[in-house]
Amino acid sequence: MSTFSPAPGAAPVVRQVLVQASMEARLMLRNGEQLLLAVVIPVIVLVGGVRGAERIDLSYGVETFAPGVLALAVMSTSFTALAIATGFERRYGVIKRLGTSPLSRTALLGGKVLALLAVEALQVAVIAGVAVALGWEPSVSVVGVLLTVVLGTAAFASLGLLLAGSLRAEATLAAANLVYLLLMAGGAVVLPASAYGSFGDVVHWLPSGALGEAMRTALGESGDAGVPWRDLLVLAGWSVVGAGATARTFKWE
Amino acid sequence: MSDQPAVVVDGLVMVYGDKVAVDGLSLEVAAHTITAVLGPNGAGKTTTLETCEGYRRPQRGSVRVLGLDPVRDRRALLPRIGVMLQSGGAWSGVRAVEMLRHVARLHAHPLDVDLLVDRLGLDECGRTPYRRLSGGQQQRLGLAMAIVGRPELVFVDEPTAGLDPAVRRDVWDLLEELRADGVTVVLTTHYMDEAERLADRVHIVDRGTLVASGTPLELTRGGSVATIRLVVTEPFPPGSPASLATDLGPGTEVTQLDAVSLLVTGPADASTLGKVSRWCETHGVLPESLTLGQRNLEDVFLELTRGSVA
Repeated sequence: MSTFSPAPGAAPVVRQVLVQASMEARLMLRNGEQLLLAVVIPVIVLVGGVRGAERIDLSYGVETFAPGVLALAVMSTSFTALAIATGFERRYGVIKRLGTSPLSRTALLGGKVLALLAVEALQVAVIAGVAVALGWEPSVSVVGVLLTVVLGTAAFASLGLLLAGSLRAEATLAAANLVYLLLMAGGAVVLPASAYGSFGDVVHWLPSGALGEAMRTALGESGDAGVPWRDLLVLAGWSVVGAGATARTFKWE
Repeated sequence: MSDQPAVVVDGLVMVYGDKVAVDGLSLEVAAHTITAVLGPNGAGKTTTLETCEGYRRPQRGSVRVLGLDPVRDRRALLPRIGVMLQSGGAWSGVRAVEMLRHVARLHAHPLDVDLLVDRLGLDECGRTPYRRLSGGQQQRLGLAMAIVGRPELVFVDEPTAGLDPAVRRDVWDLLEELRADGVTVVLTTHYMDEAERLADRVHIVDRGTLVASGTPLELTRGGSVATIRLVVTEPFPPGSPASLATDLGPGTEVTQLDAVSLLVTGPADASTLGKVSRWCETHGVLPESLTLGQRNLEDVFLELTRGSVA
C-alpha cells in the first residue's frame, strides 16, 4: 500500500469526545486570562471575603464564602470562559473546520462539556483546598454537590453558547465579562439570597442565585447538608430554556 | 475502484439577496484525477466548493459527492473527504503540530503525523502557536489537516497562495503523489501555471456558469492557428488592436489582454511576426517580448473571462 492510499474512517465516538475534551481543556488552561478567571479571581474573593468579614465583624464566615466561591467558579468556567472561547472559535473558523472532520456536532458539544467538567474539578480542588486552610469544615452532600455542578454547568453553558452563537467575538467577550461581574455582585452567587433583602426573592430564580443557593445547601452552610431540589429544578429549567434558544439561534460561522 | 465520477454538480443555482453566485452550473470531476476549477474572484468557485462540502444546501439543482448527498448523507461522507479552507480553521493558541495531531486522532486510520510534518516542512514551526505562523506555514498546515485522515477526495482552495517557489514545488509533488496513490484532488487556483502543470482537467467558471472545460492541452490547442503574444513596455495607445488588425489583414484577430499585452491569432505564417514588429516601429511602441507559439492557459482564461476581471 502506498503512502497516501485512501483509508477513510472516523475514530470511535467515545475517542473523539475524549480527544476534543482534552484539547479544549488544555487550551483553556494555557490561556492566561482564562486561568485568571477560573482560579485566581475566585481565590482572591474567597480569601478577601473571609479575612474582610473577620475584620468588620460581618456575620458571614468561610462556611458561607466557600460554597459561594465554588458556585462563582462554576459560573466563570461554564459561562464566561465557554462563551469567549466559542466566540473566537467561530471567528477563527475552528468550528467550520471541525465541521468537515468526522467530529459530529453532538460529539463536539460532548467534548466541550467534558472539558468544562475537567476544569471545574481542578477549580474545586484548588478552592476547597484554600477554604480548608482557612478553617472550613463542611458537611457535604456528595449527591447534592455533583448535581449542582452538573446542572449549574448545563444552565450556564447553554446561556454562554446562546451568547457566543449570536454575537460577534468581541461583543461576546464584552458581554460575557459584564454579565459575570453583574452576577458576581448582585446575583446571589457568593453571598446568600437572604443578604439581598426583598430582592432576594427574585434573585432566587436567576441561574446565579439558584446555583449559589444550591451549593450552600449541598455544603451545609447553615447546618446539615442536603440535596437542594428546588434550586436544582430552577437550574434545570434554565438549561432547557437556554438549550432551546441556542438550538434556534446558534450560527456555526 | 469504480469509474463513477467523484463529484457531479448538476444545474446548481445559488442566489444570495440579489446576487446570483452560481447560475446553473454543471460539471463533473473524474475519480483519481486532479481537477482544477479556475475563475476570477466572485465567479462562484468557493460557493460551489462549499456546497460540495455540505456547508450549503443547493437552492436548485443537485450535487453528488462520491455518490452521496453532502447534506443528507453528511455523516457518511465527511470521513471520506478532506477539506482545505482558504484561511483559518485552528485555535489561535494551538501549536501547529498539536493541531495536526488533533485532527489525525478524529480519524480511524490517519497518516503518520511525523511523515506529513516532514514532507510539508512543518518541523520548523511545530511548537509555534497558530496565530504566530506565517501565511505560508498556515497554508501548509491547512493542507496537512485536509489529507491526514486519508480521504478518497480532497478539496483544496488555493493551496499554494503565498508560498515561496521551492515550497510550492513540494506542494505540487505532494498533490501529484496523492493522485498516483488513488486520491481525487479538486483544486481552485489563481495560478495558471499551477493548473497547467497539475490538472488532468480544467473547468473555467465565470459568473456562476461553466465557460470552458477540457484538458489543459485541449483548451490551449489552436490547431493550425498561430498565436503571437506581444508585451510592451508602456500601455498601448488607444485603438491599437484595431489598427494592428488592419495592418495584418483578414483572417487575423487581435485581442487586448491587459494594458500592456495583446494576443494575435491568425494563420501560421512567418510574415505575421514581421508585420507585428513593423507595426510597433511605425507606432512608436517598444516591445518587451514578442512570442510566437501556442496559447497558454492564461491566454485562454483571460479571453474567456475578460470583462469579469478587474
